[in-house]
Order: sequence, then structure tokens, then C-alpha cells
Amino acid sequence: MQNQQEVNRLKDIVQNLLDEAKQQGATAAEAGLSQENGLSVSVRLGDVETIEHHCSQGLGITVYFGQRKGSASTTDLSVESIKETVSAACSIARYTSEDEYAGLPEKALLATSFPDLDVNHPWAITADEAIALAIECEDAARHYDAEITNSEGASVNTHQGIHVLGNSLGFLHGSLSTRHSLSCSVLAQRGESMQRDYWYTVARNANNLEAAVEVGQKAAQRTLRRLEGRSLSTRQCPVLYSAEIASGLLSSFIGAISGGNLYRKSSFLLDALDTQVFPGFVHIHEQPHLIGASGSSAYDSEGVATHTRDLVTDGILRSYVLGTYSARKLGLHSTGNAGGVRNLTIDPGVLDFDGLLKQMDTGLLVTELMGQGVNILTGDYSRGAAGFWVEKGQIQYPVEEITIAGNLKDMLRNIVAVGNDVDYRGNVRTGSILVERMSIAGQ
Amino acid sequence: MKILNLAKQAILVPAGIQDADIEKIMARLLTSSVDAADIYFQSSHSESWVMEGGIIKEGSHSIEQGAGVRAVSGEKTGFAYSDRIELPVLLEAANNVRAIGRQGQEAQIGLIHAANTVQYYPVANPLKSLGEQQKIDLLRQVDTQTRKLDHRIEEVIISLSGVHETILVANQDGSLAGDIRPLVRMNVSVIVVENGRREQGSMGGGGRSDYNYFVELNRGLEYGREAVRQALVNLEAQEAPAGNMTVVLGSGWPGILLHEAIGHGLEGDFNRKGTSAFSGRVGERVASDLCTVVDDGTIPGRRGSLSIDDEGTPTENTVLIENGILKGYMQDKLNARLMGVKSTGNGRRESYASLPMPRMTNTYMLAGKYNPEEIIKSVKKGLYAKNFAGGQVDITSGKFVFSASEAYLIEDGKITRPVKGATLIGNGPDVLTKVSMVGTDLELDSGVGSCGKEGQSVPVGVGQPTLKIDGITVGGTSV
Repeated sequence: MQNQQEVNRLKDIVQNLLDEAKQQGATAAEAGLSQENGLSVSVRLGDVETIEHHCSQGLGITVYFGQRKGSASTTDLSVESIKETVSAACSIARYTSEDEYAGLPEKALLATSFPDLDVNHPWAITADEAIALAIECEDAARHYDAEITNSEGASVNTHQGIHVLGNSLGFLHGSLSTRHSLSCSVLAQRGESMQRDYWYTVARNANNLEAAVEVGQKAAQRTLRRLEGRSLSTRQCPVLYSAEIASGLLSSFIGAISGGNLYRKSSFLLDALDTQVFPGFVHIHEQPHLIGASGSSAYDSEGVATHTRDLVTDGILRSYVLGTYSARKLGLHSTGNAGGVRNLTIDPGVLDFDGLLKQMDTGLLVTELMGQGVNILTGDYSRGAAGFWVEKGQIQYPVEEITIAGNLKDMLRNIVAVGNDVDYRGNVRTGSILVERMSIAGQ
Repeated sequence: MKILNLAKQAILVPAGIQDADIEKIMARLLTSSVDAADIYFQSSHSESWVMEGGIIKEGSHSIEQGAGVRAVSGEKTGFAYSDRIELPVLLEAANNVRAIGRQGQEAQIGLIHAANTVQYYPVANPLKSLGEQQKIDLLRQVDTQTRKLDHRIEEVIISLSGVHETILVANQDGSLAGDIRPLVRMNVSVIVVENGRREQGSMGGGGRSDYNYFVELNRGLEYGREAVRQALVNLEAQEAPAGNMTVVLGSGWPGILLHEAIGHGLEGDFNRKGTSAFSGRVGERVASDLCTVVDDGTIPGRRGSLSIDDEGTPTENTVLIENGILKGYMQDKLNARLMGVKSTGNGRRESYASLPMPRMTNTYMLAGKYNPEEIIKSVKKGLYAKNFAGGQVDITSGKFVFSASEAYLIEDGKITRPVKGATLIGNGPDVLTKVSMVGTDLELDSGVGSCGKEGQSVPVGVGQPTLKIDGITVGGTSV
């Protein structure tokens, strides 16, 4: 109830911002405000390391004078500051150019219904309770095996945010959401080989977090299995992206079909609409209204209604990912994707993880990627990797200090299988993905 | 003293906070078991302009301000912050934070104003260094001139940004220090097209200066010229080789090698905790005797430079590796105290809302004795990597990557043809032992680096002369 009052108070501030913009001569305006509160605790080697109390706020406004726009933001929500922020935005709009594509979304596309997506579950946890939970998690990792020799610690985070968005077309909505997580990172040593890995769990509702002991044990297992990794000789072979990193492949695909890259012609998927981008068994859709999921929202960052929709069916690209501006540049309509995709989902296949290893037979299982070597314009892909060498469907030994390379256009088309071992934690939900062939560089 | 007074004028005076108020907050923080405490005030004004498609498309202005209070007891840290610089809010934050120590008597402190001994950059507000119309004219001029450089240019995107940041930090010893930090940056990226093939190139620079930096020496236009040159080279690039080979790294920005391969591994926090591949190795050989590497926050006007760090400690020129031997780590106050050494002025934080930790400033390798041409000539078959994008490191296993954005094959001592960008991967503790030639041409980067650690981003610099590494893995596609 107190929360709802706070939402209303912040909505009033946003309305004031919009009114002030009109007062100062803006023909249209959009404003957003967010406020976040939270607690983070971290423990290391069984004792408290940090206790952080988070409390932050910020507002931003974009004003339009006809087709010219200007933006400003501040962390100060006082009345004077609001006036100054609006006038800073207005003064910028005097210097920007007329841009025929600039402006607010079409009114008809704005969200008008706001279903409860069950994303707000405050966690009444005290600092002492959070510390105890983190210690339980870290203890499970540290005592898992004698080769776990050191720790980077475990942490518990809980956050609640209020986000209000409004524009001069009459859209004004505030939403509350929570996010809680528990993570653990430990080190293992055997002879000269020292490795570190981690595991985490994250949820809107703390009841849906994995148990602390489970998180700690997974962190320990993931660290131990990396010990005594070796490089590979340079070769070409199949590559299996484990579920927790396969989301990166799909994120690169989304980057290539996003409006900003398309209208700048800096995508390897220019003019790919209605063409075969993936093999026929691949279906990818967006599910912004999933109950309680990490990316769930009824509207995008411009207030445009989000929709459950297909991006890829039978391997064919059916839709781009567009906000208002990029849509107008392309002569299309916003797809409700200002700020990105929400709960992107690739349909799982029939094979579980072991089934995928068997299908690959001999090749590389990648469990970690390093660096940013992905060129969305050309599709050229070259990244540092670590994982495991697999023969006859069985993991043989850990691998490190290698790179995997290819071109994304080929990699997407040459996906052989998608597993049913879906990682549901993030905004991209995918199982492990098997790519037919990539270049491995090593010793 | 002048800087400190300006900083107080900018932050404390408008908030109505007096010295006595800071003493009151500090007293609240300092219970008997608290070893260290600080209050960090920050006010940051920034703006950015973007020109794209031949028009001034975006402009934005941003004000961020707030304060963070911290209390440290042994290895434990309590921290709270607020966007509101108001006494009751900060006292409440101090109450929350001091729970980290045992309850006890409040201590009394008297505030002493610390004088900055040296200032490595001007105090003037870069946002006001040019009028709005002059900023627009600068963008338009760079845009027009860049588009004229080649008929294959399809798009030019230019961004210009400036930050004027003021900080104040009060410590438990009663000292109050302040700093005023300008930072400007300009970037030009271009897309070229030829026979249906599209490529891009990008170049930028900046530093702790004002916008005139881009007007002087026509730097803005130079960025445009360089971006176009790189994009045109990429049009010709063929598949990069894959495998372990000799690599010659160009001078300047390729120094990101040092930042990733050894820099992070030498940060005090990882070494105190024993989680770095370099832990406990001071005095050991970690590089060939040709290599001397420093972290230097004192170079005037550089992007990574600071007069004082975010804990009020003056920055230094810290020798990390001398003639191949590991000399020491980069420290903030917490880790220095726990390791029994002194802070090297590397305690940095992204903002008042984040805790400080050991971070790099400008990290570079000193010049050697070889002419760069001589170095290329000595390679029978290998790769010459002239420009790089970002990098990343796993400080525990020591494995690091950095991605070349402009590279050429070296065949029989000659640079022959350009190859596509590729990621290079190596092992931090031994990559520098394979450095067999170091050039005379030490150069620092143009002022574009940002470093991320535990979610916090800070501006940094890197640099090096041309270097030859006898064997590192190059991640091309040509197997």
C-alpha cells in the first residue's frame, strides 16, 4: 500500500515534468523516473566482507520542438532541479537538427492494459539473515572438496525498483518490480593449476531462488572440473555451446535484426526478412507477458504495448526488432522493442545435454567465452573460449587458452540441434546449442 | 587549497553542509572497532552530442550527484549512499553503516583541509569551453571533411562528450581532500561500401582537458581520417590465420595487452585474497628482462590520470615490473592496510554509489632499443596487429584475450596483406616472458579506454612501444 502511494507520488513528479516541458514550449515530451532500493551483502571465508545499502533515484526527459529533440537527466528530484532539467533539454533542442523521423510513438500503439505480471515480490530479509544465507552457500562450496582452496565469496542481493514512464500523449504508468539473487565463486588448486568459477541464481520472487547449498555445490563442481585444462591443436570441429552461454549467440542474432543496426546498414542480416536464417527446425519467439519472468513487461521503454510474437518460424526470419525511431527510418511500425527483446525463447529440441554430447560425438563443449570479438556488421566472430574436449559423446578433459571463430551467418544456419536443458534465469531462454563446425585456434 | 575551496563551493555550499556537519557524520561512523571510514561527495555534470546521417541527431545533458559513506572494520566494509546531500540523510546512512563494527563510544575528529600538492589537469568546466554553436560547428566540420575523404564512405557517425566532475573525500584522520576532473572524448566511426561489401572503421580520443583539445592540431579531423583509413583497409582484409604464431603488436592502444595480461592480476585486492595468478610472486621473473611496466596516474591531461584517487591519496608512478621482475601491486587503502604496505593512489570508484577498489590509471611499458622496422624485418612468418578493440582476463587462471581490429600478415620480414580482426588469447604470467624485442617508439593511446571491474567502469589509459611476442594464439578462421 505504501508502495502504491510512492508510485503515485512519482507519477505526479513525471506529470510535473511533462507539464513543465509544455510550459517551456515543447510540442511533445517523454519522461521517465526510477527509484531503486536494495541490500547487498557479501561474505568471504566464512565472514562478512561488505554490507551495502542501495538507494538511488533518477529522472530523465526528452523534449520535442517539432522534429528537433533534446534530452536531460538528473539524480535530483527537487522542484528546482526539475525546472532546470527541462530547460537543459529544451536548450539542447535548439541546437539539434530537424529529423523527420523523430517523435513519440503513434498513440494507437501505446499500452492501454496493464496485466499483473507478478514481478514484484519484496524480500523481507535482514542483513543478518542475508549474511547467514551467503555463509551457508559459501560453506557448501568450500567444504565440497579438499581441492577447493580459496574463495571469492558468496553474495546475496535484493532490489526493488519503481519505474514510471509518461509522455505528452497521455501515457502515464508506474510499475514495481523486484529482483533477488544469490551467487558464489570459489577457487580450486591442483599442483600449478588454479581455477575459479561461479554459479548464481536470480528470481523476481525469493521463493524461486535455488537453495543456497545447491548454488555453492554447483560453484564448486564447475570450478573443480576446470582443473588442469590444456589447449588444443588448431583444427575445425563441431562446437556445443552450453545453455548458460548459448544465450550470447541469440543475443548477437537479435543485435543483427535490431532497428538501429538495420537502418545504419551495419548488420550481417540486412534484407534478411522472410529468408532462411536458421535451419527449418528453429522457432524463436518473444514472450513479454510471461508470469514472473525476468524480462516481463506490458510495455517497452517508450510505452508501446509489447506482444507475444514470433521472430523466427521454420528457420525463416519473420520480424525485425524495432523501436519507434528505427521503425520510421525503415518505413515500418514499432514492434514494441524499444529497450530490447523480452523473454526471448527458442523452442527446445528433444535432446537433453547428454543427448547433445552423443550427437556431437567428437568436438568441443564450450562453457565460457571471453572478449567481445563479434562484428555485427560483417558477422565475423572470434572469441576466447574454455570448455571440454568430447570424444564418442563423453567429456575427456578440460580445455583452455583457445579461440573459436567463424561467421555468424554460417553459424546460425549450421545449428544442428537445440537442447531441452533450458537455462531459465535470464532474458534469453535457450538450451545448449550445437553448431556443426567452427575453427579452433590453439597451440 | 584553491581546488578544495572550489570543490566545497560546488558541492557543500549549495547543500548547506558545513565542516562541522562532516565532523558530525564522521563521528557517527567512527565507533571503537572501526579502522577506517570515509565520506565521498560527488557532483558530475556531463553532456553528449551525436551527429549521424549528416544531422545533429541527439543531444543530452546529465547531472549526477550524491554522497557515499563507508566504515571499515578489519576486512569488513559497511557502505551506504544517497542522491540527497542532506545532513539527516547522511547521518542515517552513517547509522546503517557503522553496524559493521562493534557498538561503542563515538570518536571526535577535527577536520583538516588537505592541500593537493600537484594538479595534473585544468579545473575549468569543459562543457563551457565552447559555446553550443561552436560544438555543433565542430561536429559539422568533422562530418563534412570526413565524408569528402573517399567516395566509398556511406555513413559517418560522430560523438562528442564532456564531463565536469567535482569530488570531495573526508577520511577518518580528519583530512578533507577535493578534486575537479574534466574529461572529454570524441569519436568518429564510418561505414564504407564497395561492391556490396560493407566494413567499418572507428577512431577517437580525448583526455582530462576541454573541447579545444579537438580543435587543436585538427584532432577531430584526424580521427575522421584514421577511421576512414581503417575502414578501407578492412575492405581488403582476408581471412585471419588461426594458431600459435609470432605476433608483432603496434605501439599505443595495443598496450591493452598489458592492461589485461598483467594489470588486473596485479591489483591489490586479488593478491591480498590470493586469487590472482600473480599472488605471492613479488621478486619473481614474470617477463623477459626487456620489459619494464608502470602504472602512472601522474601524466598531465591523460584520460587515466588523477591528481588524487577517490580515497584522497595522491596518485603515483608505480613500477609494476622492472626488467622482467615483479616489483609490486596497485593498492587502495583497505588492501594496502591489510597487506602492510601503503596505498599507491589506485583506489578508484565509478561514483558515490559504488565502493572504491584498486584500479589502474595509465598502464604502459617503457621503450626498448629496437627500431620498429627492425622488429618487423626479424619475423619470417607472423601477424602484425596494429589496432585493437576490447579485452578481458580471468585473473585466477591468468588467461586473457584482446581482439585485433586491424591486422596484417608478415611474410619474410615484410608486411604483406591485411587480414580480418581476430581475438588473441594468452596466459598472463608467461606472455611477457616471450617478449623478444621492444621498440623505441613508446606511445600512449589516444584517450579512449574504459575499464570494467565488478560492474564499475572507470576511464583508463594504456601504452607501449612496438613489441614482438614469440608465440601467442591467434583466433582466425584460416586453419
